[in-house]
Amino acid sequence: MSGGVDSSVAAALMQREGHHVVGVTMRLWGGESDTGCCSVSDVDDARRVAQQLDIDHLVFNFSDDFQEKVVDPYVHAHATGVTPNPCIECNRSLKFSRLTERADALGFDAVVTGHHARLVRNTNGEMRVHRGGDAAKDQSYVVHMLTGRELERTLFPVGHMTKAEVRALAAELGLRTAAKPDSQDVCFIPTTGGRETFLGKRIPFHSGRVVDTEGHDVGRVDAVELVTIGQRRGIGLYKTEAKRFVVDVDTTSRTVVVGTEGDLQRTGLALHSMVWAGGSPESGRYRVQCSAHGASLPCAVEVIDGDRVQVTLDQPHRRVAPGQSAVLYDESDSYVVAGGLVSAASAWPASVGATA
Amino acid sequence: MRPEAIEAMQPFLADVYANPSGSHRFARDVRRAIDEARDAVGAVIGCKPGEVIFNGGGTEGDNTAIFGAVRRIQAMGGAATAVCSAAEHHAVLHCVEHLAPRGAGIVVGTDGGGCIDTDELADVVRRLMAEGSVPVVSVMAVNNEVGSITPLDEVARVVRAAAPNAILHTDAVQAACWLDLAPLTASVDVLSLSSHKFGGPKGCGVMFQRAGVEIEPLIFGGGQERDRRSGTHNVAGIVATAAALVATAAERATESARIAELRSELVSGLLAIGGVSATVPADRSVPGIAHLCIEGIENEALLFLLDEAGLCASAASACASGAMEPSHVLAAMGVPRELARGALRLSLGHTTTRSDVTSAVGIIGTAVARLRSHTRA
Repeated sequence: MSGGVDSSVAAALMQREGHHVVGVTMRLWGGESDTGCCSVSDVDDARRVAQQLDIDHLVFNFSDDFQEKVVDPYVHAHATGVTPNPCIECNRSLKFSRLTERADALGFDAVVTGHHARLVRNTNGEMRVHRGGDAAKDQSYVVHMLTGRELERTLFPVGHMTKAEVRALAAELGLRTAAKPDSQDVCFIPTTGGRETFLGKRIPFHSGRVVDTEGHDVGRVDAVELVTIGQRRGIGLYKTEAKRFVVDVDTTSRTVVVGTEGDLQRTGLALHSMVWAGGSPESGRYRVQCSAHGASLPCAVEVIDGDRVQVTLDQPHRRVAPGQSAVLYDESDSYVVAGGLVSAASAWPASVGATA
Repeated sequence: MRPEAIEAMQPFLADVYANPSGSHRFARDVRRAIDEARDAVGAVIGCKPGEVIFNGGGTEGDNTAIFGAVRRIQAMGGAATAVCSAAEHHAVLHCVEHLAPRGAGIVVGTDGGGCIDTDELADVVRRLMAEGSVPVVSVMAVNNEVGSITPLDEVARVVRAAAPNAILHTDAVQAACWLDLAPLTASVDVLSLSSHKFGGPKGCGVMFQRAGVEIEPLIFGGGQERDRRSGTHNVAGIVATAAALVATAAERATESARIAELRSELVSGLLAIGGVSATVPADRSVPGIAHLCIEGIENEALLFLLDEAGLCASAASACASGAMEPSHVLAAMGVPRELARGALRLSLGHTTTRSDVTSAVGIIGTAVARLRSHTRA
């Protein structure tokens, strides 16, 4: 129970079905910021909803694991020019790993969340993560990593509902979180100061040269660690020109390469750390989604080994920053086939400071 | 709460409702109840009634003692530094840590038994004296988490030898049920008590402030408690506090013996589980606290299973979210993180029976076995 309306309704639905439900909020980050999900005020909301439902509410302190599995890697990634998605790592290592292990140890049968995704058994009897009932709120992308045993012990009771239906049900049940806005921010980054202040306290920033696709110096940035691929603003150009985008970042040589929107277009996408829903990698035609709310794109996927694949998009698309998650769906765009991380390996010409 | 305390406070909840600060008959009647409460408390803790201050609890007393002593010295144009050990209750520790960035707070180490390192304390106090800063030293009489008893007379001797003008405070919140408070009061300048720890109501406490020791009040206002703690008296709370303290003191010796025996049975029963160690030896612990470290389990998970089985226990303090924090006391004592993860704190008191102890041993044994058989790969 993150303190949001989805998990509130999820708890209510399970209770309504007659299950023995215990609400749990994870204490993950207690440092500065404390906004985003699972903050202290969110814990209060979760606890009060639990009281309304007359279910026990517990708070588990997983802050050590969070620091080790989410925050430290986030910081390290920036130091090496990779753009991580910490919310996905939180799902991977905390919500559906640490928490499910704790649930097992305490004799529970399942972990229930308010994610907008559906779990459907296929014709082979295997559970698969399907897109949620509300296309605009679909969260299959962020829970794509669930496989096998985890899927058998996870439930998404609001997954088939639209957001409007969830809020309506919450209001009907008189839950205090019915109108609470969804949390969007990364929970450990303060709103004042943001990523820059957070990272600035943890890693050294290095200034870097900004070059165009031909290698000419066109600017300077104060912190190459804060530059993301696709970025348009704050890229330190000496002269303002027609639209320029960051097309590559190399923290080793401290070089940022800028180009036109056209220069950003790619058809190739290399993925690593692949997790396959079916267990074994399989080359074929799929659709790939590269951001939480982005559209999925038709592509051909070639398996390189158990850890890596090469994706070739049918149509060029803006380059995705290394470190971001890419999720493969079946051709009908219904369910998750696999997911992985975008590699730093790029096809950029070596003459302008390519990444490794 | 003790029945004596509940009974004592009843009239003041409904019928006898006047504010004791008034001058009329009804106020005088209530005033008398407070004066009698004050006398009774003074008699138990071994001080003059005028040295007793009723307040909102141990946390308030700790804050008043530390900030009040430091501020008073600073207001007189001097320098002062608050000193405490790393194992203190947060009501003391956070005060000292708050002063530290301004150079007015120092946290000293703890020995393996949970008590302040007296050598380090002596060094710090001597250094402060040499620098011209008055030490305001706060040392708890009994550690609330692990139950260790501080040799307070020894600490007082060390501090006074190094700094005759030091202000010495003790948080005696966990001592009231188990130790004679009079010798503690005699060794220090200021002492804090919390009513709910000896069967009185929550949100009430007592502070002893030795005559002649100057402390700036934390709360200003109408001048109650001889200007030392303003605010309308919590009459029912004060009367209940005194009744609870008197009742506790009257049976302290017999209760301590009874509880010590139950604690001994509890601890041996738990040690027999295997992979369990007592954090503080019995002869250095108060009877009312049994703290153990259990290998191979996570105490957060254990507490859940115990709760399900009807046993309410704790491990360390909780943060604002309600989640358990890693124990700063165990960290100060040098207990390795892995072992501290399996810490369990059980408290025994005037309602504890032998059958409670037997049940507890059984419930804990079952829960520990279950968690150990389910260890993470």
